[in-house]
Order: sequence, then C-alpha cells, then structure tokens
Amino acid sequence: MLDITKSHVVHDWTYDRPLLACRFDPLSRYVVTSAENNLLQRFSMADGTVQAFPVVHDSWVQALVVTPDGNTVVSGGGDGRLVWWDLQSTEISAIRTIDAHSDYIRSLSASMDGQWLVSGGYDRAIHLWNVASGALVRSWHKHEMNVYSVQFLPDSKRFFSGDLKGGLYLWDVEQEEPLAKFDASTLHSFNDGQKVNFGGVRSVASNADMSQMAAGGLHKSTNPLGAVHEPLALRFAVDGQTLLRSHTAEGIPGGGLWRVQYLSDGTLMGISGGSTGGWLLFWNQDQDLTSHKFQLPALARDMDLSADGLLVATSHYDRHLRVTRLAE
Amino acid sequence: MRADYACGSMEHIQARRRFLAGTVAGGAALLGGLGVLTQGHAAESMAKRQKKILLFNMQGGLSQLETWDPKPGTETGGPFRAIPTSVPGIHISELLPKTALQMHHLCLMRGVNTSEDDHGKGAYLMMTGRRQSPAADYPELGAVAAKTLSPETSSMPGHIRIVPWGGGGRGNDAAYLGPRYSSIALGNGKPPQYTVRPDGIDEASEMRRQSFREQTDAAFLNRHRSAMTDAFLNSYDSAEQLMLKRDVFDVEKESAADHDRYGRNDFGRHCLLARRLLQNDVPFVQVTHSNYDTHNENFDFHHELVHQFDAPFATLVSDLSTLGLLEDTLIVVLSEFGRTPNINLYMGRDHWSRAWSVVMGGAGVSRGAVYGSTNANGTEVVDGQVDHSQLFHTYLQAVGVESMESVAVGGRELPLADPAVEPVWSVLT
Repeated sequence: MLDITKSHVVHDWTYDRPLLACRFDPLSRYVVTSAENNLLQRFSMADGTVQAFPVVHDSWVQALVVTPDGNTVVSGGGDGRLVWWDLQSTEISAIRTIDAHSDYIRSLSASMDGQWLVSGGYDRAIHLWNVASGALVRSWHKHEMNVYSVQFLPDSKRFFSGDLKGGLYLWDVEQEEPLAKFDASTLHSFNDGQKVNFGGVRSVASNADMSQMAAGGLHKSTNPLGAVHEPLALRFAVDGQTLLRSHTAEGIPGGGLWRVQYLSDGTLMGISGGSTGGWLLFWNQDQDLTSHKFQLPALARDMDLSADGLLVATSHYDRHLRVTRLAE
Repeated sequence: MRADYACGSMEHIQARRRFLAGTVAGGAALLGGLGVLTQGHAAESMAKRQKKILLFNMQGGLSQLETWDPKPGTETGGPFRAIPTSVPGIHISELLPKTALQMHHLCLMRGVNTSEDDHGKGAYLMMTGRRQSPAADYPELGAVAAKTLSPETSSMPGHIRIVPWGGGGRGNDAAYLGPRYSSIALGNGKPPQYTVRPDGIDEASEMRRQSFREQTDAAFLNRHRSAMTDAFLNSYDSAEQLMLKRDVFDVEKESAADHDRYGRNDFGRHCLLARRLLQNDVPFVQVTHSNYDTHNENFDFHHELVHQFDAPFATLVSDLSTLGLLEDTLIVVLSEFGRTPNINLYMGRDHWSRAWSVVMGGAGVSRGAVYGSTNANGTEVVDGQVDHSQLFHTYLQAVGVESMESVAVGGRELPLADPAVEPVWSVLT
C-alpha cells in the first residue's frame, strides 16, 4: 500500500565509481545503472551483486531505458551511439549499435507497447526508432537548444520532448508537426553576467490517464556556475496546455529535479540533487508546495519507479545505488 | 604623485596633442613627444619589428580536460572524447572540431603550473607575469605590448580589450607605464563610448573648445603637472584618436559574408572585430570569453561555451593565416587557471592551477607542437613544466621584444618581465 510518509531505504549497494542514470527492469529482477566510467552495470535486486556490461560506449551514458518486456536495455551515450543490450542472458552482450545522434544523447523513452523508442540529444534532434529492427522511422528538428528529455505517453502513440530553453512539445509519432506546445520557459534562464544558459526541461512525465503532464527542472538560478538554484516542477493539463501548478520545495535552497514521475495516486514525485543533498519530493495537485519530503543519504542524480509503484531506485554521486520503499 | 613615467616638458605634451588632433604631422615633434617614454633596448626591439598579439582570455578558468589536454576513459576524463587534429599525433577535445583543423598553426603548452587557485590573483599573474604584491604593481601584457610594439607615429590605441559585457572605458592596467598604455574596453564589441560628437556641436565649435582647453591646460600644467593631470590629458588625447578612427572599431563595416562565417552571435562578432583591429595595426587585442567557472555541471557548460568558442576562433586563425597576418601575430589562449581533474558531486570541476594548459600560435612560436605533458589522469605535470613568468617572457620574445631587458621609467630601469626567469626558448622559432 503506497504511503509516502513511510518511505525508507531498503537497499543500499555500492559500485566503484560515481553513478549517473538508473532504470528498473520492469520485472523487478535488476536495476540497470550507468557510471562515470562509460560503463553500464546490472544490480541484482535479489542480493545487490553487480555485473558490468561490456565496453561499447566511449563516453558517459546518461540515457537509459528498459523495454516493457524486460528483455532489452537501450543506452544512449555522449558518443551519440544507441546500444541495444540483451538483458535476458547471463552474460550481457550488445546486440546492436547505431550511430544515432551527432552529439550527446541525453534522454530515451520506450513506448508501452514495446514498438517504439524515442531519443533526444544535444544535436537538438529527436529520432524515432523501431525497437525490434533498430530502423530509424522519423526525425524531428523543432527544438532550438539541447533536447534534455523525451517521454512516451501510456497510449504509445504520443510523446513529449523538452529542451534546455524550456521548449516543450507534445508529438504524435506519425505527424511531422507537434500536436501542442507548452510554456515551460520558467525552467530556463540565461545568466547575463555568466553568459550561460541554464536549467531546461530536465524531465517530463505523464499521469496514468494522460490528463496531466509535469515538467521538472529548476529555477531561481542566481548562480548557475555555483550550483545555486531551487527545484521546480510545472504541472500542466494536457488538453489546453494550461499550467495547473508550479511546484516548489521549501527548505531546498540548492537543488534541481533530475527526474519527475507520477505515482499511482496522482502524486508527483521528483528527485532533487544539489547542494542541499538528495531528496525525494512529493507534490499533490492541490498545492504548490511539497506534501512530503524524504531525505536520502547523499546527493542523487537520477531515479526510477518500479513497475509496482512502491520502490524507487536512486543513483548517487557517492557511488551508491539505493532503493527506497514508498510504504511501510 | 609625480609623473615619473614621462619626460615632463610642456612642449612635448602640446606637440603630442596637436598631432593627435590631426593638425601637425611633424616627425621630429612626435619622436620627442610625451609618448616617447621608452629609453634603451626595448625601443630598438620595437623599431625592428611591427608585431601584434591576439589574446583570448577564457575568463573563470577554462577546463584543460575539455579542451587542450583531454584524458578520455580515465577516472578524471569526463564524458567527452579526444579527436585527431591537423597534426598527426596531437589530439584535443571533441568540443573543438574546427580548432582541431587549425592545430598546425598552434602550440599547446600542456605543462602549466601556476600554483594559484584564486581568480583575482590567478588573472593578475597570467596577465602581468608576476605574482600580485602589495609592494609593486605591474603592467599587463597588453600595456607592455602597446608600449613596445606600437610605432610612436601610430594614431591607433595600442591596447584594446573586447569584453562580452556592456559598457567600456579605460582600464587601470598599465601600472608604471602610464595611462597612455591602459586598455580601452569595447563593451560587447561596440565602438568606444562617447566617440561621436554631439549633434549640437559643429566642427568649428569643437576646435574652439579644444583650443581653449589647451590654453588653460598649459597654464595649469606649468605649475601643477602630475601623474593625475597626465592621465586626465591622456583621456582627451585618446578620445580624439578614437573619434577620428571610429570606423575601425565598427564591426558592422565588415561584409555580411564574414559575419556569416564568424557566426551571428556575440563571440563571432567579437572575433571578427579582433580581425578588423589587427588589420588596422592595433598591436594588442584581447578578446574575453566568459564564463568558465564551472563548479556546477561543468560538462554541459563547457559543451555550450567551448562550442561557442570553437568555430569563430578557428575561423580567425585561418583568416590570419590566409591574410598573411599570422606571421606577425602571436595568438595566446589563456585563463586564470585550469579546472580540477576531480569531478565533484555537482558534475563540476573546481579551480586547479597545478597542471593546466595555455595555447600559443602564429608569430615566433613552433607550430603544430606540444610542449609539456601531464600524467595519465591530469593531476600533475610530468614534463616541460612552465609558469606564468616564463610564459610572459615567451609571449614577448615571440613578437620580437627582448623580454630580458628593461624600460626606463623616471630614471629607473624596470625589467619588462620577471628577471629571475627566462622564456621557454625551445618553443620559440
């Protein structure tokens, strides 16, 4: 029974390098992670043993997805490559490698029906791939800056994409032009003193009935180069693109949302990492401020919700993978 | 405060100012004018060659690992790869693909150790070649270059800084060389401030104003000349020069095609302006690119900033070569320090001065070369260690200035660069 007020860490496993991304296997056998060594790892949920993937990427991997059937992991690297991995076998092996983007790949999402994979990168491109064949199906070049996030809706036909500048679109896989545009510009800032762009739509999520979406990132970036910023999640109505809530967090003066996801009861959850540490933040749709906060032992960089909606995996700078149970 | 840097005669002041106003072109007067501060060997160096320096100040602390000394696949390497360059065997970061094609014009100094992790102190020592001290103030490279490389007959300012922020005005960076050699800042690449005569003042009125000011100045200076009054007078002289030469600073006079090639963004425009200034014989041009102080999200910020730098810089290097200017122009790319090999919890890198890189190119230096190296993870210099003082000497030697010599200031001989060290002779041609 989901009860976020009872959240507690149930697993705490270590690796030998700082971790980046993490994703649950939908069958809850593994958590797949990436680290600051260009490698992927598979943590066994049974006992925490770690199995390294072979070396294929020659850059960090910040984009990971496990297909809904749990058979395949796809990783997107800073090298612009997409790599398909066989997650079923005892010895993990790469089954396909594609030079997919001309720059860093930052986000991947697979459709719930297992047919499509969408990728977004710093070349400002979005590509749609056939998961089974690896064929490139369609590309979009609408974004003006780095694409930071892509996320399929549960209908497997539509997806969101967000970029550094706060550009946020809803797409249909069969259409060239976006179905809708959302105003997420408050997630972006240009610091005129430091001459840098900062923030962006770092994560997008849809609720189960697809009536709402949320875009996660940060705001109040008074010193982007010095990590002074606060977490911000924008909750929109999908129809009409109306902004419903601007969710902030009291007591987190140094944080930003690396990912947001909806829980089964409609609560929005975000993972914040920054100078205030690692936090799981929770917002209900009735208020802007958090309804609950859970502090993790160290700064986190990514999270993923298990298929049953009760476990959250978080990857940490301190080389730990932690699993938090959102219940007793 | 006495004006120790100047010869002090009223005749010289007036001769200099008449020349700047375009009313006198007498060479003898100029040679004896206020601008003749240099005595001795440095002046001879200047007379032999007319060289220039183009300096890129990567403000905030450029990461050597994301640019000139990548360490891919190591614990400290970060996500970016190394790519080959136009010089076989030399690799730099993949964030510099255009620059990589110009490597045959450049010389990488990978063994820089300045042991100073403070922004202000690091910037000072890199710009002056000396450590900051309460006992003395030293002129920046631009001021030294303006003094030693500018012909006395030049009507162009010798020390120009193109800065990304707005505003402008004179810098306070010439120390004992005097205000004539202080920088003029071009805020966001705009022409110098207040260089257009107000609409309500015609030329005749302007001349009467100037004449009256000169008379009153002369009367006052007969009894009260000081460094402060010289600085005040110099500001008028500079303003007159700039008004006469205003078009030189107007990058919009460059062709649309060149604007396209350099990129229609601030840094592209600043690089194109730098080329224009060099073509018009400004001996020292500094272009600031900001801000690399990436304690947070170092890789995303360097992805953005180094990409901004890459194409305009490479275009400028290529153009200088094509135009034949590279033979006379030393290129320097420096920062106040590098960044830590260690990647912090915010995916940032902090200040690191023990092992970082500076780039030179063009006039007087070995091209397509690497001098010095760091260990496998970039934490230490293992070969060819150099510091700010040696580099300062090297810059001057590369443009034909005998850096081991002195300038005479108020009867005292002051060394151009730290006399305790020498240039990096092996990178000089």
